[in-house]
Amino acid sequence: MSADKQVEQTTSTEVDEGTATTDSGVHGGGAPVRGVRTGMFGVSGTGDTSGYGGLVTPIVFPGASQRPYGGYFDEVADALFERLEATDLGGVGRGAIEKVVVHRGEVTFFVRREDLPFVAQMLRDDEKLRFEFCSGVSGVHYPDDTGRELHAVYHLLSMTHNRRIRVEVTCPDADPHIPSIVSIYPTNDWHERETWDFFGIVFDGHPALTRIQMPDDWPGHPQRKDYPLGGIPVEYKGGTIPPPDQRRSYN
Amino acid sequence: MTATHEEPDPTQPDPYGASEAETSQGRVFTVTGQDWDTVVEGISETADERVVVNMGPQHPSTHGVLRLILELEGETVTEARCGIGYLHTGIEKNMEYRSWVQGVTFCTRMDYLSPFYNEATYVLGVERLLDIEDDIPEKAQVMRVLLMELNRISSHLVCIATGGMEIGALTVMTIGFRERELVLDLFELITGLRMNHAFIRPGGVAQDLPPGALDEIRDFIALMKKRLPEYAALCNANPIFKARLEGVGHLDTAGCLALGLSGPPLRAAGYPWDLRKTQPYSGYEEYDFDVQTWDTADAYGRFRVRLAEMWESLRIVEQCANRLSKLEGAPVMVADKKIAWPSQLAIGSDGMGNSLDHIRHIMGESMEALIHHFKLVTEGFRVPVGQAYVPVESPRGELGAHVVSDGGTRPFRAHFRDPSFTNLQATSVMSEGGMVADVIVAIASIDPVMGGVDR
Repeated sequence: MSADKQVEQTTSTEVDEGTATTDSGVHGGGAPVRGVRTGMFGVSGTGDTSGYGGLVTPIVFPGASQRPYGGYFDEVADALFERLEATDLGGVGRGAIEKVVVHRGEVTFFVRREDLPFVAQMLRDDEKLRFEFCSGVSGVHYPDDTGRELHAVYHLLSMTHNRRIRVEVTCPDADPHIPSIVSIYPTNDWHERETWDFFGIVFDGHPALTRIQMPDDWPGHPQRKDYPLGGIPVEYKGGTIPPPDQRRSYN
Repeated sequence: MTATHEEPDPTQPDPYGASEAETSQGRVFTVTGQDWDTVVEGISETADERVVVNMGPQHPSTHGVLRLILELEGETVTEARCGIGYLHTGIEKNMEYRSWVQGVTFCTRMDYLSPFYNEATYVLGVERLLDIEDDIPEKAQVMRVLLMELNRISSHLVCIATGGMEIGALTVMTIGFRERELVLDLFELITGLRMNHAFIRPGGVAQDLPPGALDEIRDFIALMKKRLPEYAALCNANPIFKARLEGVGHLDTAGCLALGLSGPPLRAAGYPWDLRKTQPYSGYEEYDFDVQTWDTADAYGRFRVRLAEMWESLRIVEQCANRLSKLEGAPVMVADKKIAWPSQLAIGSDGMGNSLDHIRHIMGESMEALIHHFKLVTEGFRVPVGQAYVPVESPRGELGAHVVSDGGTRPFRAHFRDPSFTNLQATSVMSEGGMVADVIVAIASIDPVMGGVDR
């Protein structure tokens, strides 16, 4: 997938599923595919007798949106790009925003990871933006999103303007580093520790990145998709019920 | 006391007694009961007054299994840190292995004092992804608001009750739990359970109001209007209560925003931020209520905000009851049969289960209905690809679920931004420089629930 290389790119070109369009300098493109679904019912292990066992459906996440985004999203984007253009700090510029996704009435700004602290500072301090409240970071692990397996998702709230946006940053599994924004949003102290604990994302610059929920000597990062749920089979009246992650499932 | 306490035999250490040991970190005393004499004797040998105390994780005044690591200089706290994770149960991970509807059963157990809020924020996120936000029946919306506001009352009561107990105001504790019991009785009547209800489901609520529920709710409102003034009479001007709370755990608006504090701590700092007003959900814009604030930014202010919010919740509950009386027989589940849980529950001779009408229909009348029931219950519905975050104003602040779907029958990822978790970060700034006894008050004013902190 062409999306694989995006993380390492510092230039402003981005091709997403070969349908790149530009939107006033913002990277556009088709919808990102983050894995495939097989068969009719998503069963694994046992056979799919529906006759659709060979079906392969891509899991397509919402792609970059075109202007106008609607509502206050345009105002936020305008203010953000205006500030980004006014700065010229070693590659930071319009390229800092990889794409803007509007889906289900919520807006997501995909930010290039090395530019996250800069963008976060602007989002917090610019008087047209004023996202003074960060609701923390939540990790998501997409094992099939090659080169961008780990996503860190920040939910920001502007109490001044009564607006919400989402900022999403990705990093590859092989290099799980994202700059910390604790110095900008001190509330993210524990949230980043939690995301490190559960996903293994290293937040560079965090004052004390230690495990927070799991014991200090715990091996592995439990919320990753390659980490098993665990559990033992349960016997009841002669029958044996396997643990939840080994049951026949339709996903 | 330990007047008759014998020194532990070195060959047979008393597992429950005090002990001391030299480590690379210095001398370590293990104190489990009223054995402070051992510590005092041990420290008196050195002139150093500095001592690091582990308070918890088993300590009645830490609201569960919160571990506090306090560095003390005499009785003054010089550094305070929290150790959490003792109640981590992997709820978020478990939800990835259950259907979307079953997820409610898990997340309701997180913050066990405000289960309906956990359910609501998750369900609102799922409904946004399903794009059925506008299709939720009015009665389901009103019932959600009713349950959430009753829940706010019961949660604030526990906060005030346990907070009072921790400073020695035991009567506040006993009357707090007395009133909370009344709310739990209502929950039991409406949902069948006192807690962990799993009642708010994607598409609506699990069941219609039972007969007689509105009368019970009205009786409760009338009773609470008599009982709530008791708290004000006991506490508001009580000199001991005020002396313990006023000026303790100070955190102003700027500090709240930097540390991400929301809910009563933020409103007690004078900032009227309430998601029910600013970003309404579940039809909150249709209710008449006020956002309560206080201007002292301390533990006393947070107590007064909670007390006033219970009155506001009572107002909303009253409006809900009035609306529900006009909605008898209205649907409580979305009309889309591909999402709505197929059966209603009913009480039979052998307890609660699927209603007999429904069983007769699927077993005797319609093969298609049976298949439909089977598919929805075993496999569940699919939720379109995407992510959503719909926060709600829980009794502790902004509670939000980041729900991610990959188009399957299970959540790809569900993360909860729990206000207890975030607000607890203020422990250090609220208690450093104060007395040990004030640490308890400061933490009680945050009202953390460890089930929500650790999830």
